Amino acid sequence: MEQQPAILVEDVHKRFGPVEALRGIDLVVPTGTVFGLLGPNGAGKTTAVRILTTILRPDRGRATILGLDVARDAERVRQTIGLAGQSAAVDENLTGRENLRLIGRLTHQPKEQILPRAAELLERFDLVDAADRPVKTYSGGMRRRLDLAAALVHRPAVLFLDEPTTGLDPRSRTDLWGVIEGLVAEGASVLLTTQYLEEADRLADRIAVVDHGLVIAEGTAAELKARLGDTIVHVDLVAPGEAEQVKSLLAELGPVEIGEDGKSIEVNVADSGRSLLRAVRILDQAGIEPESVAVREPSLDDVFLSITGHKAEDDEAPTEPSKNMTKSDKEAS
Amino acid sequence: MTTITLDAPVAAGNTRNTVVADAISITWRNLRSMMRTPEVVVFSTIQPVIFVLMFRYVFGGAIKVPGVPYVDFLMPGVFVQTVVFGATNTAVGLAQDMQTGIIERFRSLPMARSAVLAGRTLADLVRNVFVVAIMFLIGFAVGFRVHTNVLCLFAAVGLVLLFALAFSWVFALIGLGVRNAEAAQAASFPLLAVLVFASSAFVPLGSMPGWLQVYSRHQPVSNTVEAVRALVLGGPTMRPVLIALAWMIGILAIFTTLAVDRYRRL
Repeated sequence: MEQQPAILVEDVHKRFGPVEALRGIDLVVPTGTVFGLLGPNGAGKTTAVRILTTILRPDRGRATILGLDVARDAERVRQTIGLAGQSAAVDENLTGRENLRLIGRLTHQPKEQILPRAAELLERFDLVDAADRPVKTYSGGMRRRLDLAAALVHRPAVLFLDEPTTGLDPRSRTDLWGVIEGLVAEGASVLLTTQYLEEADRLADRIAVVDHGLVIAEGTAAELKARLGDTIVHVDLVAPGEAEQVKSLLAELGPVEIGEDGKSIEVNVADSGRSLLRAVRILDQAGIEPESVAVREPSLDDVFLSITGHKAEDDEAPTEPSKNMTKSDKEAS
Repeated sequence: MTTITLDAPVAAGNTRNTVVADAISITWRNLRSMMRTPEVVVFSTIQPVIFVLMFRYVFGGAIKVPGVPYVDFLMPGVFVQTVVFGATNTAVGLAQDMQTGIIERFRSLPMARSAVLAGRTLADLVRNVFVVAIMFLIGFAVGFRVHTNVLCLFAAVGLVLLFALAFSWVFALIGLGVRNAEAAQAASFPLLAVLVFASSAFVPLGSMPGWLQVYSRHQPVSNTVEAVRALVLGGPTMRPVLIALAWMIGILAIFTTLAVDRYRRL
């Protein structure tokens, strides 16, 4: 028998009143792979996750998890999946161990395995010392690790991580990436949503870029980056007067643009080391002394700019009505 | 529910009545959570204590009830008022769970759809057992006396608790509708005012204008208070108790259906 993909999404639409959160999404995630949904706030990523985890029903189209339809076979889908991240949570007043025990009971694990499984997960996510403290005493990183542990209690075949590191400090983010990479190494099938190109690049085998409810590009991280060059050479000039001249001088390295401030130049290049050296030589020969010259990794904004021609602007994107926030919360954030 | 495993032995602890098991798990979680935030229980007790003291010693002297000492008239009203006000906790608790996102997680789990609501209202019922017990003790301390017998007293307590459960479901529907704890509080108050103050809980109906009496005489808080009064003060009990029970069963039937349906569509 042919193996079913971990996740299959066909022409899924979802509308909230006047807002079309998803406008026909198609995705295929083979088992044992990590798929990244990359996009700004309000692109429809969380809506997609909520449909795939049976929390919402699609208006149109079809989605299956290991061949099980998320709308018609919701109960069996729920036994197959785990959800962690911004759209799931743990109980602040319970301890870490109690939270895992609760999930063990609610997923109907054999009674005698619930506490051992909780202990095993606490060990694995480095929460043993904090296991019997209420979650409200945890740091942000600890909370996320517990949240991830809670998603794994019933050994789901397919895991959904909805912006697993949003709001974490860089150190906790790197820690959590290590944890997720561990899961991936064990062969988990994962759908990950993120706003960070770096995160998708590091964790995902394939990436779909989502904007305004549509997939606007799909491929491996390397393929996506190849579309805009590997890295960006950034030149800050002392005065805007030289900008046009520098732009034409550096055009031979790759696509070049003048920044909004009028005195910075960015070139997309394929070969960062050599291109940087070339840029410096060209500027030197022309007698131009820039304020700074640097190389930086492309960001989500750069990917967006190159694919859509506009920046990934949060406030222009339709915001999906979140169940977790009130309107005023959202405006504040 | 498709989680019934046919080959599982029907041995102790292995029968899969998921609805009951899941509701118990959620009740356990809510009770644990409540014990870690004792201020919630303390505050839901302080308010009715203030009502007792205020009506017993401040307003009580001005309220004349024929035939019984005012404190004996007052306390059945306070018991019912306490659990109706306390039912706001159900709305607030559910709204909070939606705000934090834990309900999203529950909705992605293979658990019974009604368990989150049943577990919430059952935990609130357990809280009410404590609160009502405390209120009876306070009542006895300020001079309240049961004129009938122990059996009637227990029946009265049972009626108050069943009323508490019924109103928890009303407020569960409110909690699911508003999605934030402050809004749940705010949305609950008008309902509380209309039900509790325009009732026979604190004053005899005869002292109200005629048009208000028509409403106050035929609403669930008044009817339940009258039934509790009949049970603890004496007099015919059958009719008031049946009317009160009819209200509770009706409210439970309607609001469990509406709230579970609302939860499914969140």
